[in-house]
Formats: sequence, C-alpha cells, structure tokens
Amino acid sequence: MLNRTRVQSGEPPKALVGWQGVAADLSSDQRAFKNVSWGKAMMWIFLLSDTFIFSCFLIAYMTVRMSTTVPWPNPSEVFALTIGGVHLPLILIAIMTFVLISSSGTMAMAVNFGYRRERVKTAALLMLTAILGAAFVGMQAFEWTKLIHEGVRPWSNPWGAHQFGSAFFMITGFHGTHVTFGVIFLLITARKVWRGEFDREARGFFTTRKGNYESVEIMGLYWHFVDLVWVFIFAFFYLW
Amino acid sequence: MVDVPLDTFGGLPPPEVPDVDLYHPKSWVTKYVFSQDAKVIAIQYSATAMSIGLLALVLSWLMRLQLGFPSIFSFIDATAYYQFVTMHGMMMVVYVLTALFLGGFGNYLIPLMVGARDMVFPYANMLSYWLYLLAVVILLASFFVPGGPTGAGWTLYPPQAILSGTPGRDWGIMLMLISLIIFIIGFTMGGLNYVVTVLQARARGMTLMRMPLTVWGIFTASFMALLAFPALLVGAVMMLFDRLLGTSFFMPSLVEMGEHLSYGGGSPILFQHLFWFFGHPEVYIVALPAFGIVSDLISVHARKNIFGYRMMVWAILAIGALSFVVWAHHMYVSGMNPYFGFFFATSTLIIAVPTAIKIYNWVLTLWRGNIRLTLPMLFALAFIVTFINGGLTGLFLGNVVVDVPLSDTMFVVAHFHMVMGVAPVLAIFGAIYHWYPKVTGRMLDETLGRIHFWITFLGAYLIFFPMHYLGLMGVPRRYHEMGEMAFVPQSAQTLNAFITVMALIVGTAQMVFFFNVVWSYFKGKPAGHNPWEAASLEWQTPETPPPHGNWGRELPVVYRWAYDYSVPGAASDFVPQNQPVASRPASDEDR
Ligand code: HEM
Ligand SMILES: [Cu+2]
Repeated sequence: MLNRTRVQSGEPPKALVGWQGVAADLSSDQRAFKNVSWGKAMMWIFLLSDTFIFSCFLIAYMTVRMSTTVPWPNPSEVFALTIGGVHLPLILIAIMTFVLISSSGTMAMAVNFGYRRERVKTAALLMLTAILGAAFVGMQAFEWTKLIHEGVRPWSNPWGAHQFGSAFFMITGFHGTHVTFGVIFLLITARKVWRGEFDREARGFFTTRKGNYESVEIMGLYWHFVDLVWVFIFAFFYLW
Repeated sequence: MVDVPLDTFGGLPPPEVPDVDLYHPKSWVTKYVFSQDAKVIAIQYSATAMSIGLLALVLSWLMRLQLGFPSIFSFIDATAYYQFVTMHGMMMVVYVLTALFLGGFGNYLIPLMVGARDMVFPYANMLSYWLYLLAVVILLASFFVPGGPTGAGWTLYPPQAILSGTPGRDWGIMLMLISLIIFIIGFTMGGLNYVVTVLQARARGMTLMRMPLTVWGIFTASFMALLAFPALLVGAVMMLFDRLLGTSFFMPSLVEMGEHLSYGGGSPILFQHLFWFFGHPEVYIVALPAFGIVSDLISVHARKNIFGYRMMVWAILAIGALSFVVWAHHMYVSGMNPYFGFFFATSTLIIAVPTAIKIYNWVLTLWRGNIRLTLPMLFALAFIVTFINGGLTGLFLGNVVVDVPLSDTMFVVAHFHMVMGVAPVLAIFGAIYHWYPKVTGRMLDETLGRIHFWITFLGAYLIFFPMHYLGLMGVPRRYHEMGEMAFVPQSAQTLNAFITVMALIVGTAQMVFFFNVVWSYFKGKPAGHNPWEAASLEWQTPETPPPHGNWGRELPVVYRWAYDYSVPGAASDFVPQNQPVASRPASDEDR
C-alpha cells in the first residue's frame, strides 16, 4: 500500500502505455470490456470454446487421414454432379458455400436495421437469412442422401479409406447441427422482432429478462461464426 | 501493490453496469429446487458432488481391500477391480472436484466476492446444474446395466476401451461417454456464467486487481475448462462413433480372438492427444481454485495481506496458459519424437517456476504474521505441505528418462493423489470450514473439526507416502493383484495391508465431518456476520446467510483490495473492502 500515500498527495496516476496500458484497461473498474453487454461477452467466449471443438474435429480428421494406410478418395470427384450432361466437380458444395456466405450478408443487414429499430426490415432479413440457412441444410441433406445411395457409410465407402465417410458425416453433421440450431433461433428472433417484442421490451419466456434489439446482433455473431467454420471445412475437407 | 483509490479523483465513478433484472421466484419449487439463485445452485452442486465423492471413496476402499488383503474378497475379481479403478478416478476428477470447485464454490463465491447480485445468466446457470445431475445419473446407471461400468481406466484409452476384453464394453463405456458429453454441455453453461460475471458484472470499485485470489483462481480455471473440455468432447464423440457405428477414428487394424476385426487405419495416439489436451489442464482446473482459496485463507487467518498479490495473479494466469502446452508428458511411454519429448519436458519444468513463486509467497505471507491456527488455517497449511510434496515428485515424472521406468507404477499413483487428490480436498475442507458460517450463519464445531483435520492430514500421508516407495520397487499401478513378481519383496504386501487399514480409518473419519456439517447446521454456535474478521466483500453482506439478491437495496461500492489486514494506523486489524478511504479512523457506522 505504499503507493497510496503518493496518490493521496494529489499527483494523478500516469496513463500507462503499451502492454501495461492494455492490462490496466482490461482490469479496470466493473467491466473488462467496456460497452460489451453480458450477452455479447457470453457469445464471444462461447464461440471461442466452440472454435476449440471444431479445431479438434478438423485436426482429428487430418490425423486419421494421415494415419490410414488406404488411399483417400478424391473429394472433387466424390462431390461432383452431372447437370444437363455436364460433369461439374464440387458444384453442389460451391452452391452451398455461396448460399451460406450470402446468408451472412443478409444477417449483417438485419443487424444494421435492428439497430435502427426498423422492425419490419429486420424481421424480413432475419427470415431471409433463415431461409438461406435452411436451404443450406436442405442441400446438405441432399448431399448426404446421394452419398448414402452411392454406398458411403460412416464405417466404409466404395472408394478408399473408411475414415473418409466417418469424418465426412461427423464434421458436416456437427456443422449442420449448428446451422440447424441457428435457423431455429433465427426464426424465433424473427418472430420476436416481427411482433415488436424488442420494441416494447417484452420479457423472455424462459429467462424473464427484457428483450432488446441486441439479440439480433448476438444471433449474428453466432451465424457469422458458423459461416466462418464452414469456410475452413470447405478448405480442409473438400478442397484438400 | 499499486492500488489507486478510485474516489481520490473526481469522486465515485458512475455505475457502468445497470442493476440486474432479478428473477423473483414465487413458489417453493422455483426457490429451492429449480432455483436460479447462484447460492442455491452452489449448494445443489456441492451436495451432489459430495455424495458422488462418498461413493468414489467407497470404491477406493474396495480397491484397497483387494490390494491389502488379496484373495479374501471373492467379489472383487479383476473385472470388478478395473471397474472400481475407472469409476473412482473419473468420478473424483470430473464429477467431484471439478463440479465442487467450479459449480459449488464458483457459484457461491463469485457473485458475493465481486459484489454482484447473482450470476449474469441465472437461467443457464440453473440448466447447468440439472444437466450435471443428469450426467451423474447416467454415470451411476452404468453400475446397473448388463456388464457393469466400464473398466477402461479413467483415461479410457482406445482401442482397449471398446474391445471385448475390457469390462463394461457393451454398455458401460457408452454411458460413460454420454455422461461426459452431457457434463461438458452442462459445464459450458455454468462456465460461461462464471467467466462473464467476473469480467463484466463487478461492483463499483471492484477492479480486476482488487479481486480476492479465490475469484482469480476460479475464474482462470473456468476459462481453462471452456477451452480444455472441447478436446474431451470431441474424443468422446469419436469414440462413441467407433463403438456404435463401427468407424475407425481411433481403431487400428486388429485381431481379436483370432478374428480380424473390421476396424482399420485409425490412430489410437490421437485419442491420447485429445484426452490429455483436456487431462492436463484439468489438473490445474482443480488446482487453481485451490490455490486461490488457500491464498485467501492464509491471508485472513494470518492477519496479513497476501505477499506479492500481483505476482500471484500473474502466476495463476501463467500456470493456466502454460498448462495447455505440456499435455504430452503423460504420453512419454507411448513413444514420440525425441524433440517433442524434449519440448514437453521443458515446458513441464517451466510450470514449476510460477508454481514455486506461489509457494514462496504463501510462506512469506505467513512470515511474522499474526497466525491464528483456526481450522481453515490448518487445512491451508496442510495444503501447502502436501502440494509441495506432490509437486516435487511431479518434477521427477516430468523428465522423460525418469518417467519411463516410473510410469504405471504406484509412484505415479502417489504423485497424483498428493497433488490433485489430497491437496485439493484439503483446500476444499479448509474452504468449507471457512465459509460455512456465511452459508448457514453457524460455526462448524471446533473439536470435531480438529479431530477430522488431524486424522485426515496425517492419515493421507500414511496412505500415500508409502506408495512412493512401493512404486520405486516396481509395484505396478492398476493391478488387481501382484501375482508372480519376483522382484517385489514380500514386505510390500505388509505395507499394502498397512495402507489399506489407514485408508479405512481416514475414510471413516470423514463421517465426523459430515456429522459436523449436519449437526452444526442446527446446533452450531451462531457465527454473526464476520466471524473471521475478514476484509473481502462476501463477509460484508447486510444479512447472513445472504438472501436472494445478496446485497439488499444498495449494491456495495469497493474502495480497496481484499487484503487490508493489520494496516498501520487503522482502527481495527482489518479494513473491509467496502469501507471508504478516509483519514478518520474507522468507526462503527462504516461497517
Ligand atoms: C482416501 C482417499 C483415496 C484413496 C484411498 C484412493 C485410492 C486409490 C487407489 C487404490 C487407486 C488405484 C490404484 C491402482 O490400482 O492403479 C486409485 C486410483 C485413482 N485415484 Fe484415488 N484414492 C483416493 C482419493 C482420490 C482423490 C481425492 C482423487 C481425485 C483426484 C483420486 C483420483 C484417482 C485417480 C485419477 C486414479 C486413477 C484411476 C485409473 O488408474 O484409471 N483419488 N485411488
Ligand atoms: Cu499433466
């Protein structure tokens, strides 16, 4: 407590620079991250945790891809479609990726309109995002069905290493589950926005907390994260 | 300690965090059963964890009976022994210690110590407990399914964990994995709460560098758990698929009973990496809260500020960060590139530096303190001694050349029981003796407490100290009986019998504790608001036990760190955190 005497003598504390400044800001009064609400902080930390989950999945996939002695099937052939007589490698995945990335765009617009409290536009954009998300899941279901018809199973497949099917179903399944949950929550949020629950701060059914437009942004954080993860899955699973 | 009083310049800061919108329960059920109050959730977590702890204790007795008096208990055959080892280990580490420190102490202490009314998301907090309970029920269910619980060892290494030679291969392993998955989901809900509450919901004046070290310990541990459990989750999901769907993530090509299995091409080592990426941080997930708690107990009961507070905080953070880059020291015998062995040995030994700093600081805090040998203090001192003991053997095992011969011997069992079994349990007992008066308004009985302390402390050494010696002689770990091992002298058996008797005595002595907890709740000496004359915020609540919302009308305002003990010139030998800085001596109205 030696410094107290110094401070009480009237000399103002010096602003700290560099790392010390960062540490001082983070450890400052009441909140480490100023202007970050509880919900947003929670979502960021949850996403960090989720990042570890997806990283583990992807690293595990890469490990088994190296450990197996059987050749790995060629993804651009496996995921090729013949449309109108033209053989197009990875076409479905390309469309799915496009749809999902576009949904990030509509989500960002929804967040923007949410902060302007434009109820109708926000709800419509959320709906659009949900529809794009659902389309993604639908295409994924199509892809799963196609592969299953071709004989791909989690434990084996006609073209090579068993781990191909295992990793494929596990990783896309886990990601697809994330998208599905996202779609459900998008619909719920869209409904709330539409009914004006955020305008009149209606209380949540379970949490009894007052609603507000920030939920749209938190929803958006999750949605962008799910899209980002897809980019990695796309790169590491389909392109490699 | 650079502690700038906030009100010196420009008065009190305005509240940045609006007062929470508390949920007010209306019925008995929403108040005490499906409660959203962190304090009730804390007690639910603690009670459940302690019940599981008792069960795990009984399992350890059964193992010890078999080891001490082989072939007397016919019902403990090799299968049962493996199942007991596995369930004992997994229960103690995950379902007892993690749940008790984070779910129990975290829930009770974080809001009170940082001056919040509750956790930030009470509803998710409630779900966290019920998922934990579900995980526990599923785990216990595995005792009743055909084939019994899994006997794969708490590390659950594949391929053996899911091959037919291992007990519980049919149901036990699946229930174990499912239970772990649910535990992790439940923990995530709680863990997000603990972390966000500390980061974003502190009282006015409560800067991070004024928080008690208990909060720092629990906070860092929760954050680590959020990053470490994902690896276990992924490992559990993939093993479940290997078992249920016949995928080969972890399964190499295998011949079982002369039959070539359909598995092939997987990587068993991958599971070990995933498991220990979780498993090693897990050690610190139970150690860091204990570190924090012990720092506070020592400071309060030695009437001195903690020595080197800042260093203590940085040491906690450094240990937390480093513990993510040491995991493969559990895998030396699995074989690895020598450069990796070198890297992991080095990083393991580096962790000893911040840990040693903490120990020196505890000792320096005690140095010339006005030590009150209360029960919490006794347990805190016992923790330090035990942790040093376990930590030193950890340095042995961290070195590849020393670890390889000692690995899978009783030496390892002695090491990890000292460091993550006995030491955290001592910290938990100390914490319970310390905070019980806040939770119930009554003191725990002193005499019973002292009996409990001495039997537990000395007894733990009588149980685990000889195991070092057994291990050095080569007695293997996870063996149901020693059989024909010519290199182990006959006297080892005598020692084993001795250990068993001690284990029975120490285990039974815990009944004294549980009796004390129940008896004192009704008949204990009334404690008043602040029996230990502690400065930290949880002792300054307007009511004891603190009611829903903790602080009554006004949220507290914090003016100083949590360690103003024996301040020269102050009126009493402690200054509560919420007492304004003033030149006048503390008077009663400040309290
Ligand atoms: C009176 C207290 C305890 C006794 C007598 C005891 C005894 C034992 C025994 C006999 C074993 C099996 C040794 C072997 O054959 O390999 C064991 C394993 C183990 N114990 Fe304890 N234990 C106690 C408390 C604890 C606590 C508090 C923890 C918490 C960390 C713990 C964690 C473990 C673990 C992780 C294993 C390894 C399980 C495995 O090998 O899979 N034990 N214990
Ligand atoms: Cu370790």
